[in-house]
Amino acid sequence: MEILVCARRVPDTSENEITLNAEGNDIERDELVYSVNEADNYAVEEALRIRDRFGGTVTVVTVGGEEDEEVLRRQLAMGANQAALLSDDGFSGSDGRGIATILKGFVQKGHYDLILTGVQAEDGAAQVGGMLAAMLDYPFASLVNSISVENDKLIVSREIEGGNKEINEIELPCVLAIQTGINEPRYVGMRGIRQVASVPIPTLGASDLGVNPATVGAQVAKVKRIDYFVPTLDSGAEMLHGSREENAEKIIELVAAKGGLK
Amino acid sequence: MPRIFAYIQHKNGVVDESAPDLLAAARKIDANTLPTAIFTGFGADLDTACSSVKSLYSEIWKVGNEVLNHPNAELVRQALVAILPRGSILLLPHDHFGIDLSPGLSVKLNAAFVPDVLAIGPIEGESLSLVRQEYGGQVSVHVRCDASLGAVISVRPGAFKAEASAATGVIVDKSSEVGVLTARRRYIETIVAEAGDVDITKHNVLVSVGRGIQEKDNIVFAEELAEVLGAAVSCSRPVVDAKWMEKSRQVGSSGKTVKPKVYLACGISGAFQHLAGVKGSPFIIAINKNPKAPIFQVADVGIVDDILEFLPELIRKVRESRGIAA
Repeated sequence: MEILVCARRVPDTSENEITLNAEGNDIERDELVYSVNEADNYAVEEALRIRDRFGGTVTVVTVGGEEDEEVLRRQLAMGANQAALLSDDGFSGSDGRGIATILKGFVQKGHYDLILTGVQAEDGAAQVGGMLAAMLDYPFASLVNSISVENDKLIVSREIEGGNKEINEIELPCVLAIQTGINEPRYVGMRGIRQVASVPIPTLGASDLGVNPATVGAQVAKVKRIDYFVPTLDSGAEMLHGSREENAEKIIELVAAKGGLK
Repeated sequence: MPRIFAYIQHKNGVVDESAPDLLAAARKIDANTLPTAIFTGFGADLDTACSSVKSLYSEIWKVGNEVLNHPNAELVRQALVAILPRGSILLLPHDHFGIDLSPGLSVKLNAAFVPDVLAIGPIEGESLSLVRQEYGGQVSVHVRCDASLGAVISVRPGAFKAEASAATGVIVDKSSEVGVLTARRRYIETIVAEAGDVDITKHNVLVSVGRGIQEKDNIVFAEELAEVLGAAVSCSRPVVDAKWMEKSRQVGSSGKTVKPKVYLACGISGAFQHLAGVKGSPFIIAINKNPKAPIFQVADVGIVDDILEFLPELIRKVRESRGIAA
């Protein structure tokens, strides 16, 4: 099975406090720790597992700049067969539709049976996978938390409310948006990444991909971020500023007062 | 002014909670709007569902088709593309079905797409101003959307407060406008979650742990605290994703809905999917080392501390106060 995984490099919310920049038009990006978007990492792992059982190749792709190459390198170290960076000055400012248009260009240069994305990026909108599928006229399923291969079809489970699962049969080729927790992604150390340091990663621009520059980028984006702000709420928590010991005592009091301790 | 539609979900004849919320969202776009509700489905359940929103929506479009009996996003998309006038604004809830349906629908309608919206301003010409969140709710962002070719907007469940309406809805049967619907994805069955060893929905006090617990071996702190408090241990999604606790312990929209009296959120950031599972207005105590964690916005009491330091101290103090030997 030929599998394509679309992944992204994002600020890691488990490693960073996200704050606003001085202008309020973006988050503060100085000294941010970036990593592979969590759901995308699960998607790569799932692709590798399917390939290892049924044969074929795994290709990873990202839309971005030079700095995004590190996520591709990491995925090669996980075991992906090849990677490509889709980069062009004209791509910047693309909305979800623009990103899906760029990815469609890449998909149509190859022959993929299965295309995986993460269900949502940290700063994203859970949109690119579904848009890409619609543009390609491929079937799509989101929130996928298990995949089994049955000849030329897949049986996929989707996460629905209350921890329940919706089981669907889906024809290939298709696009699946992978939910976190579907597997246990393998660990990649610095050594593994060094071992793939010399693997070439081609950079492809609009003309390489056959993407009409008039269909991507900021000028055609229908959805644009204007400014960022920190949500103000009616009433936040009463913050306890005592010593650790005092705070612990206060909590015991509160739990008892609210009917917790019997 | 584009025409506004609301896609209403329903199950066994009962409409989704979002039905009045979508009306409220439509009125944020245009206070005088009379949005049209759209239902897809089949048989008596569909009719019951349509009739039940007559007091909310003045016009209700019904698409009945046997293949729409179980909602399949690919089929529903084809039905909506067939009946929606181009340039319309379509509102729907950002839930597991909306996530499946809306991105592809926006492509097929050639409309703009803005998902998981928390607030909407009045439409200015053909431009919409909306509020979304990023990074698990740590920051909010104003988004501008060009709706000149229409827009698909999914709204966060519960973000728009239902408003009263005195409509006397008319049901319009649009079934014949939809041709043959075919999909390359087929629904097989729904598997109900397995019950776990502990039923977290039945406890008055929950010690709930999130990503801040850092590793599986540290879960023992939460277990120890729960034991001395007579509480149960629950968790947020990252803990289940990492396979540190069973799915049956997960609180949230994709896990259990709990109604404790006291909820101790330990190292939980407070993403809305998690908070959606905490009902009944419990007293929420949040401990998190990130002072910007969204959980502090909804908690009653907050402590900025590392739970791996704080929990052992709390356990020691509870033991002391209750005369339990270590």
